[in-house]
Amino acid sequence: MNETAIIAENNISPPHPLKEFWKYFSENKGAVAGLWFIGIAILVAISANLIAPHSPFTQYRDAILQPPFWMDGGTTEFILGTDDVGRDILSRLIFGARLSLFVGVIVVTLSLAVGIFLGITSGYFGGFYETVVMRLMDIMLALPSLLLAMAIVAILGPSLQNAILAIAVVVLPHYVRLTRASVIGEKSKDYVTSSRVSGAGPFRMMFVVILPNCMAPLIVQATLGFSSAILDAAALGFLGMGAQPPTPEWGAMLANSLQFVQRAWWVVTFPGLAILLTVLAFNLAGDGLRDALDPKMKR
Amino acid sequence: MIQFLAKRLLQIIPAFIGVTLLTFSLVHLIPGDPVELRAGERGIDPKRHAEMKAAMGLDKPLPVQYFDYITGVFKGDLGKSFVTKKPVLKEFLTLFPATMELSFCAIIFAIIFGLPAGVIAGVKRGTIFDHSVMGISLTGYSMPIFWWGLLLILFFSVQLGWTPVSGRLSALFWIDADTGFMLIDTLRSNEPGAFKSALSHLILPSIVLGTIPLAVIARMTRSSMLEVLQEDYVRTARAKGVSPSRVVMVHALRNALIPVITVIGLQIGVLLAGAILTETIFAWPGIGKWIVEAINRRDYPVVQGGILMISSLVIFVNLIVDILYGIVNPRIRHTA
Repeated sequence: MNETAIIAENNISPPHPLKEFWKYFSENKGAVAGLWFIGIAILVAISANLIAPHSPFTQYRDAILQPPFWMDGGTTEFILGTDDVGRDILSRLIFGARLSLFVGVIVVTLSLAVGIFLGITSGYFGGFYETVVMRLMDIMLALPSLLLAMAIVAILGPSLQNAILAIAVVVLPHYVRLTRASVIGEKSKDYVTSSRVSGAGPFRMMFVVILPNCMAPLIVQATLGFSSAILDAAALGFLGMGAQPPTPEWGAMLANSLQFVQRAWWVVTFPGLAILLTVLAFNLAGDGLRDALDPKMKR
Repeated sequence: MIQFLAKRLLQIIPAFIGVTLLTFSLVHLIPGDPVELRAGERGIDPKRHAEMKAAMGLDKPLPVQYFDYITGVFKGDLGKSFVTKKPVLKEFLTLFPATMELSFCAIIFAIIFGLPAGVIAGVKRGTIFDHSVMGISLTGYSMPIFWWGLLLILFFSVQLGWTPVSGRLSALFWIDADTGFMLIDTLRSNEPGAFKSALSHLILPSIVLGTIPLAVIARMTRSSMLEVLQEDYVRTARAKGVSPSRVVMVHALRNALIPVITVIGLQIGVLLAGAILTETIFAWPGIGKWIVEAINRRDYPVVQGGILMISSLVIFVNLIVDILYGIVNPRIRHTA
């Protein structure tokens, strides 16, 4: 109150929140680079049909294991070479970007929605309900996430859809704990009390009054959640428990590549590089977001 | 302290019950009938079906089945593998030393490189070294380790021919598995060259498995160092004229290590999950590869028992870490 009064007196309007955010975010060059990469990856994924030189499924039987264009025997027709059944690797990577980002979006949306709901209700209502929810989350956290995801896939059967579901379940505890902690922090503040006094019902209190003030850590966690979702989906695909062949999923593309290590390094190298760069981009952007959104980090 | 210990011990009981409920329901949630699964594709006549169902205890009410399962677990009975017909616990215990040896070497690798890198990056904040350590560790943290393993094989095993591609020991040697730890067994065997072979088989898998813990340890050490270096007692020590190296090594590092130790302890879960991928790439005969194969073969007793054993292990290790943390840091002990 005091601060705004002084600012109003001096007739200086505070910077727009987004502008202020960008000022802090853009100080971190890595985060900006990560954001650029994510933007390009989204464009590639959306326009995959237009920019991919070939279909990701077409098998060019006369061009099996062709090297990238800059090597002897490579042609510009297959820029990054072909795999063991003559499919264009670049096209498969482009369509794989679509899958990986799709996995990220679905996993983050699912786990964020369920996590916010469980976290906010348990933080707001407390009591026995809170104890049950939080103990359940503790148990899930005790298990290595990949193992839990594998157990779920073992029950549901291997497919990309089930892998997405498994990963969304596995990352849930992080969102629940984070939301609950911020709700508990906010609950005792004056603005919440004043809303309650003016007669706001529990639904309004939770989702309209409290939730918007808990979003900062959740946004950071969601960004980092993209990277772990993409990484876990690729790991499950690699183990044959995620996307099934011939789906051009980056992890699944690596599943049988060990046998080509000696003859065709490009089959091994490019899909993994795509995973690494995408995951790194989300981690960089997430770190930048955390620094920009966390008031304690601002100097 | 006793109160803290008791409280922590009590807390693992719900976690353990939850894990057993999960592994118990695993078999019941799997679509299809367990008896027919076991009978395989030949099919089975209804009379025999009922007999087998009774023999497996599946005709009893669910709570009774769960109770039977728990009693079995406490007696060390985790069922028999559908494929090998051997007891699951026995298979687990035979394979576990291989995973433990690999995880141990991986965490040693991560500490040896991660701790000094984090300390130096924290002390020399803002320098090129600091930026490189942070960049490399974020890359390591983002690494799909199954691909990292393939790359290392591609470069060191195929191109340079320095390290073997897979397994624990060259086929030239036959070593009795006394302890199950290849490094110890080969040392005791007196076979010339066997120890060297075992060691060379361990290098790449340890690097692969240790990469993410290395990144986490380096980042944690750096941020912990940065925090501690701003403390008043560090300034006091500097003002007293204590040498810079002594300030860092004695005054700062000791306190900075407390959160780092916790993080190292928490890496056990990461290591066991990573072992699943690492062992698959390097054909390392440990429990990670065992569980992956069991899931692919639908060998449910192994999946069930394996998940139960690994989860209990992680819960147990986390408990130990918490207790150690309480011993090192009295503030935790008293607020808990």
